[in-house]
Amino acid sequence: MTRIAVQEKVLNENQRLAAELRQKFAEHGIFVLNFISSPGSGKTSLLECTLAALPGNAHVAVLTGDIQTENDADRLARAGFPARQITTGGTCHLDARMIDRALEGWELQDLDVLFIENVGNLVCPSSYDLGEHAKIVLFSVTEGEDKPLKYPSIFSKAELCIINKIDLLPYLNFDIGLARENVRKMHPGVDIIEVSCKTGEGLHEWLHWIETRSRAASAQAAAVK
Amino acid sequence: MHELSIAQAIVDRVTNEVKHHPGVRPVEVGVLVGEISGVDKDALAFGFAILAEDAGWAHLSLNVEYRSRRHGCNVCGREFTVAGFETSCPGCGNLATVMLAGDELDIAYIEVEDV
Repeated sequence: MTRIAVQEKVLNENQRLAAELRQKFAEHGIFVLNFISSPGSGKTSLLECTLAALPGNAHVAVLTGDIQTENDADRLARAGFPARQITTGGTCHLDARMIDRALEGWELQDLDVLFIENVGNLVCPSSYDLGEHAKIVLFSVTEGEDKPLKYPSIFSKAELCIINKIDLLPYLNFDIGLARENVRKMHPGVDIIEVSCKTGEGLHEWLHWIETRSRAASAQAAAVK
Repeated sequence: MHELSIAQAIVDRVTNEVKHHPGVRPVEVGVLVGEISGVDKDALAFGFAILAEDAGWAHLSLNVEYRSRRHGCNVCGREFTVAGFETSCPGCGNLATVMLAGDELDIAYIEVEDV
């Protein structure tokens, strides 16, 4: 019996493709965000109001993943920016190959920002690198303050946690202080922004976050060049 | 739920490795699974058994080594196993500790025997 040492990531192939995507995004100066949450936390709504707040000449595109239907891409395309649906047909997450294929035919040099809305799922998408600059995790105030504790992987990997639907706070027993504390327990350095897509509260702070982070990413890409 | 695609990636890796070693067949593959890797060991083993057989490796066994979550403190240098969800340093109370282990999803080795 012989033992062959391997010592590599199981998802090595995905890592390799994600590294290629990251390189491609850097070359074309595209800032990429990967949105992850449970189904129904408001990923599509957040993207809708984000797109609505952007000037019409902004160079933004959206990829949105779902198991079935083109509904989300239809909703997002209404804002006038390119939007494509990735229908996984059963797979519970997006992987780097799906992103690479979905980008085909788009003029990447014309893009500045790419939003990727993952399949609604807090578990599996956290394992797959899509070449993004940051993962963003959303959870909404109807979900329970202990969500970060139940799904440690994604909460410790995300660079920003968005707490959505805060307009509902007066009607719920949701303790937002406790929710924030639980997020920080999982990831002490994480940014937290509270928003309501319905009232627009917190959106300014969120847009500012995108601007600051995308500027930092392009400065970093320029430094590498 | 994504354990099946992970099991497939492991089986594919074994198949590719064995191609480079004529005259052997794989008997065991060793995998490291971290506490917060998001992978369920039982679901992985279930998917693996089916896919391995499908690939022609009916006697291939999966050895999963579980890794608990460990953090280190940049302030006092202490390393500790995270119990529950408490990631602050038990030595000095520093809140911003860094993860050292626990998110592994690695293939460690493939054991083969002569045919």
